[in-house]
Amino acid sequence: MIFWRAIAAATLLAAAPALLAGEIPPDARRSGYSFMGPDTRAMQDDDTSNPGMLFVLDGETLWGKKTGSAEKACADCHGDARSSMKGVAARYPAFDKALTRPVTLDQRINLCRSNHQQATPLPYESRDLLALSAFIAHQSRGVAITTGDDPELKPFVAQGRDLFTQREGQLNLACTNCHDDNYSKHLAGAPVTQGQPTGYPLYRLEWQTLGSLERRLRSCMSGVRAQAYDYGAPELVALELYLMSRARGLQMETPAVRP
Amino acid sequence: MIGPSCRHERGALPPPPAGEGWGEGVSTRETPRVERVLTRRFAASPASGRGKTGTWLDLTSHTCSIFAALVTITLAPATVASAEELTSYKIVGDGIPASLTGAPGDAARGRALVLARTTTCILCHSGPFTETRFQGDLAPDLTGSGNRWSASQLRLRLVDAARFNPDTIMPSYYRNDHFVRVGRNFAGKPILSAVEIEDIVAFLATLRD
Ligand code: HEC
Ligand code: HEC
Repeated sequence: MIFWRAIAAATLLAAAPALLAGEIPPDARRSGYSFMGPDTRAMQDDDTSNPGMLFVLDGETLWGKKTGSAEKACADCHGDARSSMKGVAARYPAFDKALTRPVTLDQRINLCRSNHQQATPLPYESRDLLALSAFIAHQSRGVAITTGDDPELKPFVAQGRDLFTQREGQLNLACTNCHDDNYSKHLAGAPVTQGQPTGYPLYRLEWQTLGSLERRLRSCMSGVRAQAYDYGAPELVALELYLMSRARGLQMETPAVRP
Repeated sequence: MIGPSCRHERGALPPPPAGEGWGEGVSTRETPRVERVLTRRFAASPASGRGKTGTWLDLTSHTCSIFAALVTITLAPATVASAEELTSYKIVGDGIPASLTGAPGDAARGRALVLARTTTCILCHSGPFTETRFQGDLAPDLTGSGNRWSASQLRLRLVDAARFNPDTIMPSYYRNDHFVRVGRNFAGKPILSAVEIEDIVAFLATLRD
């Protein structure tokens, strides 16, 4: 009996390499939402109980507020966000022709601030930056993710995929080991999801605040005891880009709630 | 219903060690009561240097998160910090027959270590541990390990599981090289000390069906 179990384990091992870095087929892609308990889902679903909505409201105020020495508000250039920003977050990170590299939504907001508003960039994870990006991404709620269409993004998506499959840290684990090969299983009793970036910035009960996708990725890196990349580092942008292209077709949920 | 869901004061948590941790990954807010019980138990049985630092960990961040364990080792410098020179060992067949310390391990301490989240075993494994329901299912149940494997095989498995299976997700617990981008606080150090490995081997060997 015991002997057979060992054989079964060995057979499983032999099969493992084929599964490694196995990409999730489109029809099997699932948001982290589908792994949550009913309470957390209810909190996300009801705008009056979703704490992320407070940030969205703040973002709406900032959208209309004149800033910087140009004395311009976002709305002065982009008008009503409900129409002008619909679907935008669902295709970010996007290629920036001037910089010849992909930029995240947060970086785009700061580029607008320095180039068009003559204002200082907002620090990563600051309340104002999270509020603005939550407000903008909220306009895409329900829109299917299309990030990665631009052919110029190709090498950066590939870089992100390499980083996703690269083992790292003292625990020597890659993102793919958990989020492709072991989703639906449990790490110490908590479900491992596919790591789909559908709801960012999102409210994590653990954080007790809104946080960016980069914050999440840095947490996973620290989790495997790797040196996390700095906010805005090209590697984090590439990872974010890969994750968004990997989530193609899934709907945006911003602001999502996660445990 | 807006507001904190974790039951303890966030302010009571020490700052996360290396930037931010997995501690932030998941909270078990859906089962906080059970966890309380669990944390008390843990706090009562610190088995080693690592277990000791596990105490604050178990008392505080556990309530909100279980993954902090993976990172919090930064705060457990005692055992491993000076162990940059790894004890050399000899692989014979598919095992390491000789104790890394030259002495037998302590199974009771080994059990506490396997259960301590900083050691990371039960993040992936389950086992005959009725006191905690927060066990992983990314890896085989440890029940009966002592039947399936000799102490020599268990030792090599812990030291460097990749020798059995190059694609395994099980970390190599007694290695300090060939890693990529290791966090500043962990660089050059093995995950476990030789003493801890021996304690765990001694414990696993007692796990018989
Ligand atoms: C040992 C397992 C493990 C590894 C390795 C890992 N993660 Fe995670 N990750 C988790 C857990 C656990 C969570 C929290 C629960 C969840 O959302 O899956 C998480 C959450 C996430 C989320 C949030 C999903 C959501 O719904 O909001 C993303 C995105 C993510 N990880 C990406 C990554 C990336 C990128 C890497 C590599 C740099 C990585 N993870 C490495 C376990 C892991
Ligand atoms: C990130 C996941 C992970 C962690 C953490 C982990 N293991 Fe494992 N372990 C595995 C997997 C997967 C296997 C199955 C064989 C393989 O892949 O090498 C395994 C196999 C084993 C086996 C052989 C099981 C059997 O009977 O076939 C033992 C014993 C074991 N691990 C002990 C431990 C101990 C003790 C620790 C902590 C010090 C630990 N593991 C930490 C993933 C893990």
